[in-house]
Amino acid sequence: MPLVKSGQIVEDRFVRVADGASAPDGIAVIVGGARFLAEAEVLLQRSAPIGVVWPNDRSVGALAPYLDRVALVALMFPSFRDGRGYSQARLLRERHGFRGELRATGQVLRDQFLFLLRAGFDSFEVAKDADAAAFAVSTRRFDVFYQPSGDGRATVFRQRLDRIGWGAQAR
Amino acid sequence: MYRYDEFDQALVEQRVSEFRDQVRRRLAGELTEDEFKILRLMNGVYLQLHAYMLRAAIPYGTLSSDQMRGLARVAQRYDRGYGHFTTRQNIQFNWIKLEEMPDTLADLASVGLHAMQTSGNCVRNITTDQWAGVAADEFEDPRIWAEILRQHSTLHPEFSFLPRKFKVAISAAAHDRAAVKVHDIGLRMVRDGAGEVGFEVIVGGGLGRTPFIGKTIKPFLHKRDFLSYIEAILRVYNQHGRRDNIYKARIKILVHELGAEKFAAEVENEWRAIKNGALALDPAVIAAVAARFSYPNYERLSDNPSALARARSEDRAFAAWFDSAVSNHRQPGYAIVTLSLKPIGGPPGDATAAQMDAIADLADRFSFGEIRVGHEQNLVLPHVAQRDLVELWQQLQMHELATPNVGLVSDIIACPGLDYCSLANARSIPVAQELTRRFRDPALARSIGRLHINISGCINACGHHHIGHIGILGVEKNGEEFYQITLGGRADEDAKLGTLLGPAVRYGEIADVIEDVVEAYVALRQRPEELFVDTVKRLGVEPFKERVYAAR
Repeated sequence: MPLVKSGQIVEDRFVRVADGASAPDGIAVIVGGARFLAEAEVLLQRSAPIGVVWPNDRSVGALAPYLDRVALVALMFPSFRDGRGYSQARLLRERHGFRGELRATGQVLRDQFLFLLRAGFDSFEVAKDADAAAFAVSTRRFDVFYQPSGDGRATVFRQRLDRIGWGAQAR
Repeated sequence: MYRYDEFDQALVEQRVSEFRDQVRRRLAGELTEDEFKILRLMNGVYLQLHAYMLRAAIPYGTLSSDQMRGLARVAQRYDRGYGHFTTRQNIQFNWIKLEEMPDTLADLASVGLHAMQTSGNCVRNITTDQWAGVAADEFEDPRIWAEILRQHSTLHPEFSFLPRKFKVAISAAAHDRAAVKVHDIGLRMVRDGAGEVGFEVIVGGGLGRTPFIGKTIKPFLHKRDFLSYIEAILRVYNQHGRRDNIYKARIKILVHELGAEKFAAEVENEWRAIKNGALALDPAVIAAVAARFSYPNYERLSDNPSALARARSEDRAFAAWFDSAVSNHRQPGYAIVTLSLKPIGGPPGDATAAQMDAIADLADRFSFGEIRVGHEQNLVLPHVAQRDLVELWQQLQMHELATPNVGLVSDIIACPGLDYCSLANARSIPVAQELTRRFRDPALARSIGRLHINISGCINACGHHHIGHIGILGVEKNGEEFYQITLGGRADEDAKLGTLLGPAVRYGEIADVIEDVVEAYVALRQRPEELFVDTVKRLGVEPFKERVYAAR
């Protein structure tokens, strides 16, 4: 499954570690959410980066105390019609200030890339090779956005004010 | 009437180009039908019994004459020459080929129309009062708010994959013509003690297999908080709405299971965290949207010109039409005219391409080029000078658009039913057609008075049978079509679900039974002015049940 990060297909530097297995030192690993909470202090002592794959039916608030020391959070899309991960992503970025890698995993198709980017994801485990290759094209289809989100793109509402010279006063 | 600016137009065109690519990938086998289904639904494309169906949005029910001509062109070029107006201010085309869908959408985009989010688990077309901007009892034009929300909910990065579909309606008048209490979110514009206009927020209403009347979770919401509060509702729903069972996934179930108070508290909590952020509405942002709505330049006229008064007293056919189709306008000398899409024996809500073109021409001549679509599946010319009413009526008759039955027993709301829909258990349209024939006599219909019949061909309730004064629900028993009847439902500010009358009846009996129900009402009402729905309210369904089932 190709990994797209910063718009490029890249090697995954993280290794997934199953819940029972030990986390090898010196290697970036991703562990399950429940295990992470149970062993957080030990896992965070490791020298290599730590990532957490977080279930989509549990509040991301539980991760908040650790977010400055976590390198990656992976959110799950068990089916692309299950959109809970979008809210989790925005809360992680916009409310809890998470600045690490935010990865979408599961049934991730090109048709979601732009929604995911706008919600704050910056890496994508893509289900199909062709979709990964089409990342750049798929995310450039739109240049008009109505909603303010954490990605900071200018919204139409704001651009309208700028156009008529109201922007400066309104800000 | 709202005119797209360059941003709105660009987005619609970009969406068409994206969908063109999605259709190409489907036809090339790069997308499975399962994957494609979600994508096509978000562009209003269904797979029905016989063909693909396209549902295009008519945001808040307002159309220009050019847009109506655009719909006529689509009907002519890609469909079989007609379209079907739905109960949610949409139009459906039943026979469009998948290969031609992208061109159809491009044609719609060229007249400022789209089919985005008319289906799928996202925020659907925002509906409102079909008399918005012209009703005499209105605080302010609700379409400005519907448009702001249309924009905000279009391709929303967080809420495009909700647990289930999400319907919002806005009403700004004392009398609710938008059925806000049976929507996922219903917004009623209200005035607070200080005279400020804001919103009463109602959530968790809906019909379908588990009908609920919505609950008020915020009695007064300031305009600046309009988007942030709706965002908070959607965020709570997106995270906590059920996804394990499609029949329990609507927000009404979440509100019901949590309780309205607990749900309101969750929303309040979320809202406090975002209300002062980027979603707080600047009055200049509201003004920029409002500025793209244009309003007619009315003449100074006086009410009830003498020629009109004469026609009303001398021409009984005109008077019958006038009484059913013409409503008060806020501007002296003008009228709101409803065009019945319920001809005797015809399928409710259908219009041919020729009718659409004719309506566009009549709108240009008589209604400042503007047309409305209401949830009763009729069309409206919203700004007709009263002095033109006789001439307009004559023209409408030529196009079979002057059936004098608006608001009366044969003005039936019905879903497409088993004739088109893959979900249906029973036929709806033939039942409606037969009922219009039973009540075809205008004098009889007038003597019965205002009476809404709603027919759904299955429990999903697209014909809104729960809120019909008489509701008819098609069900299937051992491979045979049966119909359940409810009485006393209503969708207005006193919204109420109908009460079951008795055992379901066969297809062959349903029209007879409805006739008996109406006869029972005529016998039971205290005086001719007592409406059907008020008689049911006063007496309950028992006396109806006795009369209707006694002979069976």
